[in-house]
Amino acid sequence: MESGTGLGAVGQYQLSHLRTIEAQSIHIIREVAAEFERPVLLFSGGKDSVVMLRLAQKAFWPGRIPFPVMHIDTGHNFPEVLEFRDRIVAELEASLLVASVQQSIDAGRSVDEPGPNPSRNRLQTRTLLDAITEYRFDAVFGGARRDEEKARAKERVYSFRDEFGQWEPKNQRPELWSLYNGRHQSGEHIRVFPISDWTELDVWQYVGEEGLDLPTIYYSHRREVFRRDGMLLSKGPFVSATSDEEQFEATVRYRTVGDMTCTGAVESYAATVDDIILEVAASRLTERGATRADDRASEAAMEDRKREGYF
Amino acid sequence: MELLRFATAGSVDDGKSTLIGRLLYDSKAIFEDQLEAVERVSVQRGNDYTDLALLTDGLRAEREQGITIDVAYRYFATPARKFIIADTPGHIQYTRNMVTGNSTADLTIVLIDARKGIVEQTRRHAFLASLLRVPHLLICVNKMDLVDYDQGVFDNIREEFTAFASRLDVADMTFIPISALQGDNVVQRSVNMDWYEGSSLLHHLEQVYISSDRNLIDPRLPVQWVVRPQATDWPDYRGYAGRIEGGVFRPGDEVMVLPSGLTTTVAAIDTYDGPVEEAYPPMSVTVRLTEDIDVSRGDLICRPNNRPVVGQDLDAMVCWMTERPLQKGDFFALKHTTRWVRAVVRDVHYRLDVNTLHRDEDATTLGLNDVGRVSFRVTKPLFYDSYRRNRLTGSFILAAEDTNVTAGAGMLLGPD
Repeated sequence: MESGTGLGAVGQYQLSHLRTIEAQSIHIIREVAAEFERPVLLFSGGKDSVVMLRLAQKAFWPGRIPFPVMHIDTGHNFPEVLEFRDRIVAELEASLLVASVQQSIDAGRSVDEPGPNPSRNRLQTRTLLDAITEYRFDAVFGGARRDEEKARAKERVYSFRDEFGQWEPKNQRPELWSLYNGRHQSGEHIRVFPISDWTELDVWQYVGEEGLDLPTIYYSHRREVFRRDGMLLSKGPFVSATSDEEQFEATVRYRTVGDMTCTGAVESYAATVDDIILEVAASRLTERGATRADDRASEAAMEDRKREGYF
Repeated sequence: MELLRFATAGSVDDGKSTLIGRLLYDSKAIFEDQLEAVERVSVQRGNDYTDLALLTDGLRAEREQGITIDVAYRYFATPARKFIIADTPGHIQYTRNMVTGNSTADLTIVLIDARKGIVEQTRRHAFLASLLRVPHLLICVNKMDLVDYDQGVFDNIREEFTAFASRLDVADMTFIPISALQGDNVVQRSVNMDWYEGSSLLHHLEQVYISSDRNLIDPRLPVQWVVRPQATDWPDYRGYAGRIEGGVFRPGDEVMVLPSGLTTTVAAIDTYDGPVEEAYPPMSVTVRLTEDIDVSRGDLICRPNNRPVVGQDLDAMVCWMTERPLQKGDFFALKHTTRWVRAVVRDVHYRLDVNTLHRDEDATTLGLNDVGRVSFRVTKPLFYDSYRRNRLTGSFILAAEDTNVTAGAGMLLGPD
């Protein structure tokens, strides 16, 4: 493992892999700020969006981040994550917009899925697209990575969306060198993924090198959980065990941060960044495979949601 | 730890997926849930083997048709390096995808089936890698287990390929006999080919020297963004943010700004993590100048005694990427470094057959997946180097002015 000193040169005129992908991400963020009229950065409070915020900070320092930050609030958040979101945004003096899935439901734009503990994962798409229209955003930064999922492995850094917010995987713009094509008509927009080339391990190494603060649920803690579909779900206001699901206390952490109804914990004693780096390096399951019910619906669950305008 | 990007190209039966699957599996970059999903689908389809191609074929259409239609990016790391694979289909109708994958690659793997030897596709892969100036070519002669690990087969292929490659511009070529299926010379040196004394494939990927591949000679900083905080703690700060695309910049260097031609010196090179004494590719930095001169996005900072070509008449090798053909008189939006200009096609000089390298001088258009030499006139001067000298300041893309799609990619020909 490399030390966290300086800019991470590993030889004469040679950057470490982490500083290489950092420089690439900063280049992308600056291109977007320069070429689009109304960019916005999606922030979930998860580790990838925390990395995104740090990269945006670095791109414009000592200037401030020249675009707002937006949270798509499912209303099913981990309380620790909301607390963290508000604190970090205040520290950065960034401007925060919150687009609420509950408000979309109240306005009749969305309907909760049927069943006892409905996930609002899919409902985020409607709320996101409405917010993009309302604020006339033309570029939307997301923290998606290509190592997360096989449909994402094919997505461009600049991902064109039509006036319905849809992704057309078979008709993507070729993306060569680092010459990004953000040209679009009014009403269309581009999703931009500056950390496309980062892996889960890269993110954790960067969190370590940069000393980034994360929501406490990423680190090992004791929690009341129950098992559903092979995942450990947390008891909370929006999700609870049925009579035949046994509830128990376990030592767990979260590998991803999402809607409480569909984000599973993993049993883990990793309490520090270094512990987690070791755990991730040794893990034999992908982070989404281990923890996300939303990707299990079918072989193409992510591709289908992305076509509809999902992150 | 360094980063190495490599491209692969190939079709269903040449063992590419097996090779990538093995590299990923042996470096623990394939996870159990991914493998289980692939095994489940393989069984559903009635395959009697686990089809590792399903790992990389991420789109529904690809899995339904059993083909790769797009570039997939895969990631793995060893203790020595982190790797990014741009995995592309190999058929001629996917030339544009191969060009895309090669555009950022440090190395390209060309796979040859030992039983079949050099075929049209082999020549095409090698040509596209040389056209895109990928610095290292790694020729893997695969399926050696099916030719009894015969050195003669390997030597013949190497000789034939070397003769063909003399017509290309390839800086570094390495040949490795492998069996992706059996694992010979993939991660470990093979015990079946004691006549081969070189590295295993993975060892080569870990060791190949890439530091000198970037241009560290010609200082180039295309300005992306002007940093002006206008805040009380930074009242007069004015810095020029961008990525170093060539050479090395240091505080105190005399620099010239184009297009104005004004000269000044570098006061400091700033980053969020503090000032640096040297900035080189691919660092993203913010440069402050000692004099307050007018600099904006799209300008280029270089050295007065080392300037790029400044010109409005461009001559380039172009790969065409869209259905509507390119022809004389067409207008496009052209992006080069950090600037967009309008371009008009002056002339199509020739179309190149990517299989035979034959030049068709009578061609007047470039269709989808065609490669050819084209000249353009642009509305404003570009500050460029030949692609041969610098892949970043020597490349451009063309976008259709009506549909905005990326229609083509160009590699500038220059004085050298």
